[in-house]
Amino acid sequence: MAKTLFEKIWDDHLITDLGDGSSLLHIDRVFLHERTGSIALSSMAEKRRRVKNPDQVFCTMDHIVDTHPGRSDETTMPGGRQFITRTRRETGRAGITLFDINDPRQGISHVISAEQGIALPGLTVVCPDSHTCTLGALGALAWGIGSSDCEHALATETLRVVKPGQLGVRLEGALYPGVTAKDVILHLIGKYTASGASGYAIEFYGPGIGLLPMEARMTLCNMTVEFSAFTGLVAPDDATLEYIAGRPYAPTGNDWDAAREYWHKLRTDEGAVYDKKLDLDLAQVDPGVTWGTSPQHVIGVSDVVPDPKEEPDTTTRNGMERALDYMGLKAGAAIASIPVDAAFIGSCTNSRLSDLRAAAAILEGNRIATGVKAICVPGSTQVKLAAEQEGLHKIFLDAGFEWRESGCSLCFYAGGEGFPAGARVITSTNRNFEGRQGPGVRSHLASPATVAASALKGRITDVRDLGSRT
Amino acid sequence: MKPFVTHEGVAAPLIRSNIDTDTIIPSREMRHVSKQGLGEGLFAGWRYLKGDQETRSINPDFVLNKPQYAGASVLLAGRNFGCGSSREHAVWALLEYGFRAVIAPDFGSIFYQNAMRNGLLPVRLPESSINALGIDAGAPDPGRITIDLQNTTVSSDTGRQFRFNIEPIYKEMLLQGLDAIEMTLKHQELIEEFQTADRQRRGWAYLR
Repeated sequence: MAKTLFEKIWDDHLITDLGDGSSLLHIDRVFLHERTGSIALSSMAEKRRRVKNPDQVFCTMDHIVDTHPGRSDETTMPGGRQFITRTRRETGRAGITLFDINDPRQGISHVISAEQGIALPGLTVVCPDSHTCTLGALGALAWGIGSSDCEHALATETLRVVKPGQLGVRLEGALYPGVTAKDVILHLIGKYTASGASGYAIEFYGPGIGLLPMEARMTLCNMTVEFSAFTGLVAPDDATLEYIAGRPYAPTGNDWDAAREYWHKLRTDEGAVYDKKLDLDLAQVDPGVTWGTSPQHVIGVSDVVPDPKEEPDTTTRNGMERALDYMGLKAGAAIASIPVDAAFIGSCTNSRLSDLRAAAAILEGNRIATGVKAICVPGSTQVKLAAEQEGLHKIFLDAGFEWRESGCSLCFYAGGEGFPAGARVITSTNRNFEGRQGPGVRSHLASPATVAASALKGRITDVRDLGSRT
Repeated sequence: MKPFVTHEGVAAPLIRSNIDTDTIIPSREMRHVSKQGLGEGLFAGWRYLKGDQETRSINPDFVLNKPQYAGASVLLAGRNFGCGSSREHAVWALLEYGFRAVIAPDFGSIFYQNAMRNGLLPVRLPESSINALGIDAGAPDPGRITIDLQNTTVSSDTGRQFRFNIEPIYKEMLLQGLDAIEMTLKHQELIEEFQTADRQRRGWAYLR
């Protein structure tokens, strides 16, 4: 029978149908970080439960850890130190590999699990973090879970899962210069709403996906959780294999040959059926920027802020009005005229080398606008080192950006370092929720290129207006 | 896990779409490696007026701060409740505050799963039904509603009754307060059989 990519991975991990609407699936990799991993491991220790197979479990410090140069276990976040020291203690006791603060492999969990070859095509990968779906870009079945399910996966190497439906998103055409994968996923969420993929696992397929480099696919899959999908997936192709080859935890020798043979079959068969399908012509996508407090509140950078009065649904209209009030914006205003106080490049969405290169290409030889606070936080220590080898850090520093150590940093506010209340931030992150980057902070999501262009001009800027530098 | 069989209580209407887990429990309210101490931070950005944890004051306009909802234990919400971050703290905070159920048209999938694992019942009802319950709940004397999990009904003391759907796996676990890990450990033999065969098929997937 013809199967989709999702069905192939699902079936190869199916231990048993539990007969109650759920299935027991084998879990190949568990990734932890100090924010939620510390709680799962502590809770297991209290219940005297053991991590069944620590060889398949990895942990990093990304959420709480400070990103200022010269960092230590101290963080500006109240209580933050406990998350770091507890994680170190519990991973040590359980025999779990930890990418600690000064480890050159440290970084944001979803960045380094790809970078280290821990997430691979055809594996099931879970992490108590919603953006685990990022790794679907490699053709892994990867999804975010809570602490209880994390304990379940650690204790049993399995999870009880209700099978989601399957949504095929066919991409065709090609992106225009200045338009990125970030804009594509924002466009989809804007068009079909933030709950548009609720109950589905997405497979991105079609001629458009093959044109996207691996890191762009990661950005695309990263925000499928903002689309309320179970996860996002891309079938592995030559670019995937090229990306994986030689990574520290990737298979080698005979294992590599066997894996490659297996991965070649990981594609949706002709005649396989998705429960639902969407089509998108990539040429129709403009650089996007959010105006409100949900990722669905997104428009093209050359558009105007929408008018809630034109929205027929009462709950949606009320939400738009609340969002405009919080964001301090008026319906009908051109988004590209809005001044910004700060610019942030970082997060599991957009902090990889290609993201930093795209931003640096715009910043090179320029200075950011007076009064704008600008920060760049590479997604991993390896990304940071690679960027420094290319001299990208100099471009950021010369432009007036801070250049930080790797971590999640200002993607969210945990009580320590943050932007001041009322500050308007153009940000390459994934969530523009009320208070996400600090109480009263107004977040506008956009691509790294748009963030860089906006930092230069001191207002939200269409990167295409800067000429051919992108 | 505390079983959920039936529950009767006051419903508080917070019918907004896309209430995310950052809003339910902001990151800055998660100050300890603990599943406790989170009730105070529930909806902190909405529930309190400006100030830090020590100086902030109650926002009298927020629904949960109105006297008629002082003991509310059921939350009426809009689409996609609990979207965003996977933090299970959102569920722990709702439970610690005193909620036993949330009624919404749909839920963020990780939140839905987390709720089930902790005995907080997420009830899916159509928007029209929630709006009707919201009208009752919005009255000066909001009255009480009853959720019966065995019969999968939500009824109000104004005479409304709605049926909801829940996957059999979750219904059984909640009714009996079952622990998923204990249940799965009973399948240990099956898991080991799977792994033995899987190592033949996908040896490369195992790191040792």
